[in-house]
Amino acid sequence: MEGALRRTLNLVKPDDVYNAIVDAHKGLSEEECRAFDARLILLLVNHIGEEAVIYEALKEAAP
Amino acid sequence: MSSYEYRHYPYVRPAELDQPGARRPVVIVGAGIAGPTLALALATRGVPVLILDDDDTVSLGSRSICQAKHSLETWDRFGIAARMVEKGITWEQGEVYLRDSAIYRFNLQPEPGHKFPAFVNLQQYYVEEYLYERCRAEALIEMRHRNEVVGVAARDDGVSLAVETPDGSYTLEADWLVACDGVRSPIRHLLGLPYPGEIFHDRFLIADVRLTGDLPKERRFWFYPPFHPTNSVLLHRQADDILRVDFQLGRDADPDEEKKPANIDRRLREMFGPEARWEHEWSSVYTFTCRMMERFVHGRTIFAGDAAHVVSPFGARGGNAAVADADNLAWKLARVVKGQSPATLLDSYCEERRAASRENIHQSTRSTDFITPRFEASRIFRDATLSLARDFPFARSLINSGRLSVPTTHAGSRLDTPDIDDDWSGGPAPGQAMVDGPLRSGWLVEQDGPDFTLLSFGDAAGIPAAVTVLRVGCGGLLAARYDARPGTTYLIRPDRYVAARWRRCDPPAVQAALARATGR
Repeated sequence: MEGALRRTLNLVKPDDVYNAIVDAHKGLSEEECRAFDARLILLLVNHIGEEAVIYEALKEAAP
Repeated sequence: MSSYEYRHYPYVRPAELDQPGARRPVVIVGAGIAGPTLALALATRGVPVLILDDDDTVSLGSRSICQAKHSLETWDRFGIAARMVEKGITWEQGEVYLRDSAIYRFNLQPEPGHKFPAFVNLQQYYVEEYLYERCRAEALIEMRHRNEVVGVAARDDGVSLAVETPDGSYTLEADWLVACDGVRSPIRHLLGLPYPGEIFHDRFLIADVRLTGDLPKERRFWFYPPFHPTNSVLLHRQADDILRVDFQLGRDADPDEEKKPANIDRRLREMFGPEARWEHEWSSVYTFTCRMMERFVHGRTIFAGDAAHVVSPFGARGGNAAVADADNLAWKLARVVKGQSPATLLDSYCEERRAASRENIHQSTRSTDFITPRFEASRIFRDATLSLARDFPFARSLINSGRLSVPTTHAGSRLDTPDIDDDWSGGPAPGQAMVDGPLRSGWLVEQDGPDFTLLSFGDAAGIPAAVTVLRVGCGGLLAARYDARPGTTYLIRPDRYVAARWRRCDPPAVQAALARATGR
């Protein structure tokens, strides 16, 4: 079911953003990667603010 | 070791050892925080109470030290709260540290205009001492020390108790039994009732020490401090220049090793530095559980305090919940004993206080999961939150070092009358606690009644005589706290919860709400 979470492209230069995320992890240990991702998630989640979006993303991202 | 001088309250040979005694309307077992508070609240409503306790002194150790505003407001009805504030340490600020620097400071009561502060830290033995003294001065309360209940027989219309004393045993008949006998409740065991819940495995060390020098008044919580780099530490000040230091030790700590004074001294030395001097007061290595009984009322036996529910210590939700139980139960039980309400009114005690316990367990488990993450990803997000907190204010709000006890809400209680007006933009709704504020030359908590109170921002008339009517003008701080306009009316229960509210006072509606709130 479609909800609050955007499913279409919302980036002007998607390749740049994608590669920036991947590159930022380059050379990090497993532990550093996980800490980095956690900080990134928290920063973005607070910025998004819309809780329906966050809960939907949590559900969609789950394995 | 302790600077507190434990009084031993005299054992008096009970008359029932020689001849059968009169049946008692209410027997309370246990003289901790819940029992004597309940006894006083019943006695002020004219109900005679017998308290049985297996011991003859107050709490061994400081135990529950953070006395919340709501508890102080309750104790103030018995005239003992001023003494607690005077003896204790008033604090409203807390500080959170990460490694060697402060990252966050919070104020629990940022706005003035309340009689009592958010918290007063006072050792449980003082709280119990003041409660005992007040009970002993109360004609309707009899306290029997070294009277241990060893048998309970429940009947439809009462309870028989087998009581053991230094001089032998006797039996006692009671209409109502209230078990306030602590987390290991002998009454619960005697009745074979389960106590389901969750066990937590992290060990903690409490060290109460008397330290000389300038002591901090605010609550301090450290994550990974230099003096205890692997875990967290909580520091709290108590009366008599005593500090409570609470070290998180982890799951693998050896309690026997950690209890040794030399090992405690080594930890304190790292924390306070080479110059510090202290004396030990009390120490304890503990783990904790979160448990709740499935029902708090079993026929004529009622459970309250730690006997009925227990949480982790983060958030000061143990002792304060015990006071809230007593507050919730006293007026209902008094009405039932006096034949003013049917016994089904007590079902609302179970419903409301179980909802409160669920909330307390939920909050304290969240704090526990933040302080002692139970799996790797939980620790990673906790540490990520801490590392963002200095630069990003939003992350400070996520740090959960204990969400401190505030009155819980019982939304949808059968006693409450839901709002019919839809233009409320503030004020406590039905099911929420009354909020204090300045009233005339004093405070609202000094002027509300022992029974129901009608807080009228208008000229309420035609209200039953048993209801205390407080008429208040619309200009002040109190009116703002109650989102009041001319005519706004709140019906407040004896335990200071809002039962109903209206934009204009309609006596038949007040009568109906009163009938509903009293289970009639």
